[in-house]
Formats: sequence, C-alpha cells, structure tokens
Amino acid sequence: MKAASPPFRSFLRSAGSVFLKDWRSELRTRYAVSALLMFVVTTIAIILFSLGSEGASPDALSGMLWVVVFFAAMSGLSRTFVMEEERGTTLTLQLLASPGAVFFGKLLFNLVLVTGLNAVTVLLYGAVIEGFVIRTMSIFVVTVILGSMGFAAAATVIAAIIARANTKGTLYPVLSFPIVLPLLLSVIEATKKASDGAFFAEAAGEFQLLISYIVVVVVASSMLFEFIWKD
Amino acid sequence: MVLKILLGVLLTAVIIFGLGLPMSPHPQAWYELPVIPGLGEKARIIFFHVPTAWLSVVAFLTSMVYAIAYLRKRDLSYDIRSSAAAGLGFMFCILATLTGAVWAKFNWGSYWNWDPRETSIFVLLLIYGAYFSLRSAVETEEKRAALSSAYAIIAAVTVPFFIFIMPRIMTGLHPGAKGDPEGAGPVVEFKMSPNMRIIFFSSLVAFTLLFYWMFTLRVRTAQVEAHNHQRG
Amino acid sequence: MSGRVHLAGEGLRKEYDRRPVFGNVSFSASAGETLLITGRNGSGKTTLVKIICGVLTPGGGTLSLTTNPHDPSRDRRGLIGLVSPYLQMFDEFSAVENLAIAMGIRGLPFDPRAADALLERVAIFPRRHDQVRTYSSGMKQRVKYAFALIHTPPVLVLDEPMTNLDVEGIAIVRTIMAEQRRHGILVVATNDLSDIDTYERRVDLDEGR
Repeated sequence: MKAASPPFRSFLRSAGSVFLKDWRSELRTRYAVSALLMFVVTTIAIILFSLGSEGASPDALSGMLWVVVFFAAMSGLSRTFVMEEERGTTLTLQLLASPGAVFFGKLLFNLVLVTGLNAVTVLLYGAVIEGFVIRTMSIFVVTVILGSMGFAAAATVIAAIIARANTKGTLYPVLSFPIVLPLLLSVIEATKKASDGAFFAEAAGEFQLLISYIVVVVVASSMLFEFIWKD
Repeated sequence: MVLKILLGVLLTAVIIFGLGLPMSPHPQAWYELPVIPGLGEKARIIFFHVPTAWLSVVAFLTSMVYAIAYLRKRDLSYDIRSSAAAGLGFMFCILATLTGAVWAKFNWGSYWNWDPRETSIFVLLLIYGAYFSLRSAVETEEKRAALSSAYAIIAAVTVPFFIFIMPRIMTGLHPGAKGDPEGAGPVVEFKMSPNMRIIFFSSLVAFTLLFYWMFTLRVRTAQVEAHNHQRG
Repeated sequence: MSGRVHLAGEGLRKEYDRRPVFGNVSFSASAGETLLITGRNGSGKTTLVKIICGVLTPGGGTLSLTTNPHDPSRDRRGLIGLVSPYLQMFDEFSAVENLAIAMGIRGLPFDPRAADALLERVAIFPRRHDQVRTYSSGMKQRVKYAFALIHTPPVLVLDEPMTNLDVEGIAIVRTIMAEQRRHGILVVATNDLSDIDTYERRVDLDEGR
C-alpha cells in the first residue's frame, strides 16, 4: 500500500468526520432510525391487512417490497441535510469542510442508513408476507446491496437540493421519483428473477445497469454538489 | 420575419396535405398516400404527434444545456433560457401525451398501455412537473436558478437508463417497435412512401421552427419581466 | 505560526434577486491590522462577512487571502475563524465534542489539552462536557469563540462580537481581539463603535449610496 498524498488523506479524514458526526448524532437523537422503523412496520402491516387471506402473485409481492423501501427511504434520507438546514448548522459545515467532503460524508451516512433499513425491511417482509419466496438467494442479496447503494446515491443529492427549498417534505418524493425510477424498475425486475429461481447469470443485465446507474449518479452529484451547497 | 413567413407556409402546408391528401391501398398519383396495414387513416396523426414528442425531448436537452451554462457562468439570462425551454417542453410533452393517448384509444383499445414510449413520456412529464415544483419552492432567484439547474442535469443523466431498462421489462406496442405484430422497423424508414416522408419531415422542421420562435418570445418576455422587477 | 498574512478585496459586489446589496467594495489588511466593517441594517455587512469567509460567491470582483510562507495543509477555510450570531454549534454535542468535530472535519489533528485551555479561557471549562443545547445564549457565544480559535487561524472574523455577552464575556473577548491583532488579522463587523478600541482599516458600506 502506498501512502495517500496529504491533501487526499485530509479529504478522507474530513469526509469521515462528517460521517462520524452524523452517526453519533443519530445514536444520540435516534431521530431517523426510530421514525424509519415505525414507517416500515406500518407499511408492511397495511400490506398485510389489504392482502387479507387472498395472497398475491410472487411478482406483485416482489414489486411491493420495493414500494415499502422507496417510501421508507423517502421519509428518512432527507434528514441528513434538512436537519443541518433547520438547526442552522449548514453555515458551520460550510466553514469547516470542502463541499466534496460534506457530500461524501453524507453519502456514506445515507448508505449505512439505507442498507440497515433495507436489511430490516427485507427480513421483516420475508418473515410476515406469505407467498414471498426467494429461490435464488445470490441474486436477491446482490440486488438489495446494489439497490441500497443506488438509493443512497440518488437520495443524497436530491436531499441536498430540497434542504435549500422552502417546502421540504412534500417535494422530496416528487423530485426523487423520476430519478430513482430506472433503479426501481431494475431492482423489481431482478427481485422477480430471484423469486422465479433464475440462474445468477440471468440477472447480469440488471446488475450492470444498477452499477452504471450508481457510478453515473455519484459522479454527476459530486460535480453538482458544490453549486447546490454553496450560497 | 422570414422565419415567421416560412413557418406559416410550412405549417399550413403540413396541415392541408397531412390531413387532406387521400389514402389508397395502391398509391398511383403523387398525391396519394399509401395505407399502412393496421393503421389506415389513423396514420395521419404521425404528422403532428411525433413532432410534439420530438420537441419535448429537444426542449429538455436545450434546458439542460442552458442549465450547464448557468452553473458555469452564473449569468441569470441562461437560467431564463433554461426555464423557458423547460416550459415549452412541458407544454409539448402534454400535447404528445394527449395526442398519443387519443390515438392509442382507437388503435390499441385503451388510452394508456404502459408501452415503453408511453412510459418514457410519462417519466419526462414527471421530470418537468418536478422541475417546476422545485422552482416554485425557492424564493431567491439565484438559488432557484442553481437548484433547478442542478436538478435538470441530474435528471438528464438518469434518463438514458430508461432506454436500456424499458425493452427488458415491457414489449413495445408502438408501430415499428419490436413487439409490433405488423413487422419490425421504424415506421418512418420502412413504411412511409416518399410523399409521406416529405410531409413528415416538413412537419418536423415546421414544429422545430415554431419551438424556436416561441422560445425567443418567451425569453424576451421573461427578460422584460426581470427588468421591470429590478426597477419596481 | 501564521507568518505574514494578507487579505484583500477588490471591486466586490453582490446581488440578490437582481437587487444590488453592495457594489464595488475594496479593502486590504495585513497581519497586525484590524479591518472594521460598518453599515446600517441591510447594507450587507453579513453578506460581506460571508464572502470573506468563502461561503458565499461574490457577484463580481476578487478576494485574495495569502500567507507567507504558504502552508499547503490549509486551504481558505483553515485560515479563517468566524464568530457570528447566525453561526450555530452542533447542539446535541458538548463543547469539547464540538471542538473535536471541528478539527476532524477540517482534517486537522485534535489536541484535547489545547481544547481544554481554550474552554478555560472563555470560562466554559466547568461545563465543557454538557450538551451545548443546555447552555445559555451567552455561553453559546463563548463556545463560538473557542470554535473559531481552535485551529489558530491567522484571520479572525467577528460579526457583532459582543452579542449576548455579559461584562465578563466582553472582557474575555477584548483580550482575544488584542491577541489576534498581535499575530494576525482581525475583521470586525459592527455598528457599535464601543465594541472596538482601535482599527487601521475601515469599510463603510453606507458610502456611495
């Protein structure tokens, strides 16, 4: 391992500290986590009630899993920027860190949050929804991981945008939906394949698409973030 | 002036010839349009529907290009151009959706079928809608310009993914799409007779000129408004 | 520590909603000097302060902040400390934690003894492990001084320096100001000239209106 150059190391330390600040703040306030968990539980309960004893096709159930994930993510992922704006600490962060360090710190926080959230959602959903069966576990695991990364990537930059607008809450899903739709369609398709018991290679197309989506969104957002964050 | 005359002549010609020329199964004379199997008289909508869809995409790209220009130069006149293009794009997008839905009702039996192109235009509508909700939620002009430019660019980089994902999850119904039972290949290239093509491409040119004219008008009025706002 | 430092603005201007806040503001200051910014409410004192701190892009003009010798480990943010009424601490953390967070995010090493010394100086030491949200507004103002000084910036920018402070607090701030003037640049934005004893340079934003 070659030692990283000093500016890059200080960038990593800076981004890491932004993440740690949010992480410890979350541990202390449990603001996002408790709301998110309740959201997931309520949504799954609603699905259970509306299905009744009828049951639905495995394809429909694969789709509904991601409906839960989408709305849960939309209720919690904007927190990281909206909180700074509401408490007036945006300026404090601007004074301390480069826009890039703030972006990657917040991205990492959202990634951890959404991965944890998805893990809980998937376990809970699989446990209580009858008829939701995963036959190819490898496809499903990769889908959930890539899906979480994609959600974190898209949600972070949109959160940065809406934190600076006036009507934060309602605007978030409105702005996010067209952006995450390609992601949503891909993960739903991949989940259907996992549920049908397809071979791992059959989902390769979806995975390629998901990976390129993540790369494109992260690169574009890190370039645009400075314009959103400053002023 | 020349532009407006040209535009007037072209659009009038497209309307008269596009709607007026007779269709026959075996066209002989120059003025007879061929009947495309499965479409019949309903094919005429292509002269109006396709240009509106084309413009909603062109306007989206124009808006994105000016959004990039704004972020580079921080000149509000680029933001005026970006939002003017988006406004027109939104309008043409609605027109394309409506003309498409009416045609779909007669050809496919229902107004909406979630065919890939319908889904794409729906996403474009959502993006335009989101773009304008964002603009109305930001008060300061500079901030509004920066945020909406950033959003337009983010939206523009994710849209191409639909081109890859769509064919994987749904079959096309549009004439010329892969799932079209009447055969493969875009309608324009394979099924249009030369006279249809002339009308079609004239219509594309005419609509593009119309877009350009409306665009300059909107930019000028917006600049006057901004100027008045500054003095008032 | 900071060596020679020079701060200069040339033809700075800023507009909001196409309305000019100020136009053509120029100034310069070197180590050992105090720059005073005055102007009535709405004249753009805070806007100018934010431009100097690098968190706001000017609509035109240039701002330069140079040190000699040049220190590559510090960018513009590392050279400036700001205290202002609209600056907020991370209030679910204690004063010490806020200082540690600040150094971490700046990418600089954190020295707990330096932090304790600073908190001692602004007389927050006994309550340094309590969450900032439990502090009074005067105490919060004192924490902001520690927050602005922890990375020993060559330029200290104070917007309304005496906000919420009691007699003891004002005395502390006066010492801090005197000390800053000895080795670096002090920038003070205020309308209350009793806040400040001497200054070498002045920007009056009411001029030319």
